[in-house]
Amino acid sequence: MSNNRVSRRQFLNYTLTGVGGFMAAGILMPMVRFAIDPALQTHAEGDFVQTSTKVADLTEEPVKVDFSYEQVDAWYKSEVTDTAWVYKEGDKIIALSPVCKHLGCTVNWNSDTAHPNQFFCACHGGRYEKTGKNVPGTPPLGPLDEYEVSEKDGFLLLGKKMANTLV
Amino acid sequence: MLNKIYDWVDERLDITPIWRDIADHEVPEHVNPAHHFSAFVYCFGGLTFFVTVIQILSGMFLTMYYVPDVENAWKSVYYLQNEVAFGEIVRGMHHWGASLVIVMMFLHTLRVFFTGSYKKPRELNWIVGVLIFCVMLGLGFTGYLLPWDMKALFATKVGIEIAASVPFIGELIKVLLAGDATIIGAQTLTRFFAIHVFFLPAALFALLAAHFIMIRRQGISGPL
Repeated sequence: MSNNRVSRRQFLNYTLTGVGGFMAAGILMPMVRFAIDPALQTHAEGDFVQTSTKVADLTEEPVKVDFSYEQVDAWYKSEVTDTAWVYKEGDKIIALSPVCKHLGCTVNWNSDTAHPNQFFCACHGGRYEKTGKNVPGTPPLGPLDEYEVSEKDGFLLLGKKMANTLV
Repeated sequence: MLNKIYDWVDERLDITPIWRDIADHEVPEHVNPAHHFSAFVYCFGGLTFFVTVIQILSGMFLTMYYVPDVENAWKSVYYLQNEVAFGEIVRGMHHWGASLVIVMMFLHTLRVFFTGSYKKPRELNWIVGVLIFCVMLGLGFTGYLLPWDMKALFATKVGIEIAASVPFIGELIKVLLAGDATIIGAQTLTRFFAIHVFFLPAALFALLAAHFIMIRRQGISGPL
């Protein structure tokens, strides 16, 4: 035993704070974990989605490819339509996401007459080259995302989004 | 560190007297279980409040996932209970706590009754307590519908029929509760949700404040 006597007041302080803290933690821990669950959910790897575009029809000119898949949003399941800009670079198929890296508007190919052969975002005038590389001096700070690409029975398949690999 | 922050604030705002006033109060010997163990019966009021705090907290967290809509209510409850981490615990706290509040409140009422604590000068506090009792029953009734399962639906049908049996204004109460003269459905659910999470809690806070201010001003009633 040490000579530091614990006073009655100290003892009560420690035990009550300890027990109280334990109870508060017991109550709050499940609730906090419950609340932050979305940040800790692990999502299954996205499967490839079949599109109605034939690989043979693709050219070096980007075309808009719409594709839809079933999205599970917690308790709500729905059919979601998404878009990709797809073109061929030699034998390689490139599929770019149309989501502008500035603030998430949708970009179009060749829609700005002043800057042909570029992706253009109408919201704030963001521009990208064909590879998805953002044009310096326009709002976007990074290149357009890219989709994983595959082929099945001559049709184009699109996988999950990833960072641009061309730039 | 914390002490320094406290001192800094206290120096400017003089907050010590505020919490001293709240914390320092007499706990007479006859209500202190350390002196007479049977005095634990005086704990039921505090326990009611403790469970109420858990109800408020768990309820706040449940609304992060719950939707008061006939299509999605049951699905969202199923999701938050089975897919979200600790969902079963958080919903369980709210579910079992709801019954526990009623039990604790009933025991508290019995204690007040049998110690005669409702007598002059504490009649007003008894009245406020009875109003709290009504609000709590209302919270239980409106909360029961929200999972939107069969049990909830039919319990609410019965409850609304009981309300409709009130003379003269029964039909009016029924329509106001259900939101429709014949259907227990979409409007009933949103109404019950609004009543459950906004109107009744607001009333409850006001009544609890009055309850606590009164007990602090009048002190705990004397020994038997």
